[in-house]
Amino acid sequence: MIAVIVRRGADFAAAEDAVQDSLVEAVRVWPDDPPRDPKGWLVTVAWRKFLDAARADISRRQREVRIEGEPMSGPGEAVDDTLRLYFLCAHPSLTPASAVALTLRAVGGLTTRQIARAYLVPEATMAQRISRAKRTVSGVRFDQPGYVATVLRVLYLVFNEGYSGDVDLAAEAIRLTRQLAARINHEEVAGLLALMLLHHARRPARTRTDGSLVPLTEQDRGLWDSRLIAEGVDLLQAALARDRLGEFQAQAAIAALHADARTAEETDWVQIVEWYDELVRLTDSPVARLNRAVAVGEADGPRAGLAALAGLDPALPRHTAVTAYLHERDGDPVTAARLYAEAARSAPSLPERDHLTRQAARLNAQLRS
Amino acid sequence: MAKYLLLKHYRGGPAPAVDWAPMDQWTPDEVDAHVQFMRDFAARLEETGEFVDTQALAPDGAFVRYDGEGRPPVTDGPFVETKDLIAGWYIIDVESWDRAVQLAGELSAAPGPGGKPIYEWLEVRPFLADSPTVTD
Repeated sequence: MIAVIVRRGADFAAAEDAVQDSLVEAVRVWPDDPPRDPKGWLVTVAWRKFLDAARADISRRQREVRIEGEPMSGPGEAVDDTLRLYFLCAHPSLTPASAVALTLRAVGGLTTRQIARAYLVPEATMAQRISRAKRTVSGVRFDQPGYVATVLRVLYLVFNEGYSGDVDLAAEAIRLTRQLAARINHEEVAGLLALMLLHHARRPARTRTDGSLVPLTEQDRGLWDSRLIAEGVDLLQAALARDRLGEFQAQAAIAALHADARTAEETDWVQIVEWYDELVRLTDSPVARLNRAVAVGEADGPRAGLAALAGLDPALPRHTAVTAYLHERDGDPVTAARLYAEAARSAPSLPERDHLTRQAARLNAQLRS
Repeated sequence: MAKYLLLKHYRGGPAPAVDWAPMDQWTPDEVDAHVQFMRDFAARLEETGEFVDTQALAPDGAFVRYDGEGRPPVTDGPFVETKDLIAGWYIIDVESWDRAVQLAGELSAAPGPGGKPIYEWLEVRPFLADSPTVTD
């Protein structure tokens, strides 16, 4: 297949890409419309893919020449090599997992072995994922800074993976976001960095020595890192002052309000609900709506919180756990215990499952006595 | 050394020695003691140089099979009511079958209600090894 396309005049890498693309197309089309001559079909489609790619390449180069010919509009416009690498590694043509792996390898400089260990996959698997990702973006030559949003999403994914094994991915994500923030003046980059710092600040209080989870309301706030909180709040205030709100700034604002409360009782839930309203407006995300329902439950009472759950898909992760919590607050331990046990069944991680099982056990023990 | 899989069948397996209640019916302290036992067991295997892997599984999955050319796979389940669900596993690398059985016995004694062992059935299965270099 590749040889046929090369013979027709494509270079090897381009031919390989074109054949890959034709196979993808085949997977999509064949189940409904199988061709009589599969090989002929593939060659035709691969050749068409090659021509499309070549044309796009030529027009991109022409665009680049035009852009380079234009005078720079200011010092902030120059895209340095490191920045270009961020954009390339988070290119929309990559799957999130590939973008994450490539970013850690190429921008972060972690070894393939370290990345593999962090994500609990064999080193050969990670090596393959990275080399496929490199191949996918090898044809990409220039990206406008319009892809900042995808870069941020990749960094956020890395941060959320936390720290399993010998690589602290949360710390690595903060390092990479700092480096990005130093190179690009963008309110959402600052917002994401603030968000990471504010959450990282709580890390010492989030788990007990035996690894079990401590809910926000029960955390020893004296263990929170006040230096990180101060830095996060400063960054966030400067970002918000630019008056171009985005989802990461809104999330950071919520984290900042939690950080600001010396005790759980002092939490300004009314303001937190307002920020969740902003977040829902910006993202229309069901997860944001779910978290908003918790905040509503604290601000206006558990009944209001349960009402805020209306219309959300019960299959949403943590939906059952949130419902259980609101029923407990509403003075219905029977329903709450049943829902906590059900939530434990569908918990996405072992610490969460243990935590939810314990909540169910606690209520059931109360009900027996 | 040989590798063995210790498969945790939760409340399944042959006839139960003790028909213990689901964990959400235990007291919180009993839950904590059980979780701690599991953590200590893994730590102890690491210390003795016998630990390979442990994973926990979510209970709800499905059976899936091929259903012919051009058709999407058939799925069946999840089976919410079944008692025999594979809850997870340990993989150990030990000197002998006897040692594997001994460790499985210890794991089966994880504490349950009243701090008493739950007598959980564990399935012990040897891994097939690579063929040796010297064969005669």
